[in-house]
Amino acid sequence: MKKYLTPLVTEMPPSGIRKFFDLVSTMKDVISLGVGEPDFVTPWTVRESGIFSLEQGQTMYTSNAGLLQLRQALSSYMNKSLGLDYNPNSEILITVGASEAVDLVMRALLGPQDVVLIPDPSYVSYGPCASLVGANVRYVPTWADEDFRLRVKDLEKSYTPKAKLLVLSYPNNPTGAIMTREDLLPIAKFVEEHDLLVLSDEIYSDLTYAGTHTAFASLPGMRNRTLHLSGFSKAYAMTGWRIGYVAGHPDLIHGMTKIHQYTILCAPITAQYAALDALTSADQAKYEMVNTYNQRRRLIVNGFRAMGLSCFEPLGAFYVFPNISATGLSSEDFCEQLLSEEKVAVVPGSVFGPSGEGHIRCSYAYSTEQLKMALERISRFVQRRL
Amino acid sequence: MLSIEDHQLLTLISQDCRLSPEELSIQTGLTVEYITRRITQWEDEKVIVQYHPHINWEKTGESQVAALIEVKVLPQRGFGFDKVAKRLQKFPEIKTVYLMSGGYDLALIIEGKSMQEVALFVAEKLATLEHIQSTATHFVLRRYKQDGVELMGQEDVPERLVISP
Repeated sequence: MKKYLTPLVTEMPPSGIRKFFDLVSTMKDVISLGVGEPDFVTPWTVRESGIFSLEQGQTMYTSNAGLLQLRQALSSYMNKSLGLDYNPNSEILITVGASEAVDLVMRALLGPQDVVLIPDPSYVSYGPCASLVGANVRYVPTWADEDFRLRVKDLEKSYTPKAKLLVLSYPNNPTGAIMTREDLLPIAKFVEEHDLLVLSDEIYSDLTYAGTHTAFASLPGMRNRTLHLSGFSKAYAMTGWRIGYVAGHPDLIHGMTKIHQYTILCAPITAQYAALDALTSADQAKYEMVNTYNQRRRLIVNGFRAMGLSCFEPLGAFYVFPNISATGLSSEDFCEQLLSEEKVAVVPGSVFGPSGEGHIRCSYAYSTEQLKMALERISRFVQRRL
Repeated sequence: MLSIEDHQLLTLISQDCRLSPEELSIQTGLTVEYITRRITQWEDEKVIVQYHPHINWEKTGESQVAALIEVKVLPQRGFGFDKVAKRLQKFPEIKTVYLMSGGYDLALIIEGKSMQEVALFVAEKLATLEHIQSTATHFVLRRYKQDGVELMGQEDVPERLVISP
């Protein structure tokens, strides 16, 4: 039946994550550091609000853009924590996770004539979503010795006059890199000079462990050029609820809402009520989770450095991205051999783009006991190869 | 007022008091010397009162009965409730003593091996003490959560995918 698939789908490579997932699934007693989601359960107050909304019979569609109360709460949250100013009536769209928002941005803005610039390594969805609308993807390398921050010199090398959209994704999955205001200002200048739009996926913004997160849209002149994406999955441990949002210029939000209304109609109402509660009642729970991640972050970075591997200090998200090239193995071989010899699952950096080669992504969304056990096993494996 | 670092340190110790100063140092970014000095200071000042594991006795099969006792006390001139409370806290059977607002004065938590043992203690030792006007005993039937730890349903931890993007 494959002949019925469109060439776009046929030519799309399956996610490298999937391949590794299938391999791990065949094995028993594996300690996995391969998960890109929190190990916490959604805070009880949030779950309880979701349950209460069901008890109240809140089971209908909402408006396409999402519950107005949620958009209002988001507007004040973004204002308070990021200094952004979005009108809840026309500049915010509630989506099915930030993932839907990524798809909407690509579909609303890109066509076959356009080029999208994506930092490499990065989350696995951006490129395929752009390819699905026929757009061309150019990856912009980032480097370990620059803490995987995006630099203008690399942007300039990848730039083409057909480039229309730049993807930013900081704090970054898979590297854990952040971009400070000083790092972002030259990027903003480049965006302005080359008349680009920006998809800024800031879903890990609350998981920033040094200083405060700077939203790209808050930089001078960037508000109307930026689609600010985020969601509840990471900071509030709500991955399975599938609830996110995008904020931006009303014309762009209006265009995206048209696609959203024909394809999705609206985000699930239960998740919307839960998200509303997350914004209003779960600050303390979020703060405690972030603190715990930070403690684990120090533990795991220290663990990798103690093994003799170079590991830059990730200051955001919940990933470390140690350099394993000293072992002489490719990142894929490292992960496969580590899995079969020590039963620890980590993700090859190459899955996230060519610049990820020589690295592995390890999530620290695990208990300290699990992290210590995994580090012990990885250390044993590495010592045999150094 | 505690600094953010000290608050973090105490929280970590309260969650797992087996962590060594070296492990605490890695997780907090504070130096081993600072942590060792601070812990000694807190122990001396009785900020850290005791280190003890949290045991779910119900799971051991050993019978353990607890009761919450409401106590009405005749306050004493010059001492209020303190003199009686100090006397009560000496009894090893009494695990907790609180001075309460509301309809009674002291709340006690008493533990024993059987209901009879607890009842006898209340009738013979507690109720007969001078200045104690009355007691009301409420036996604990089941513990669902204690000291912030959920004791039921913890076996059903939801499983995550082993690998996800």
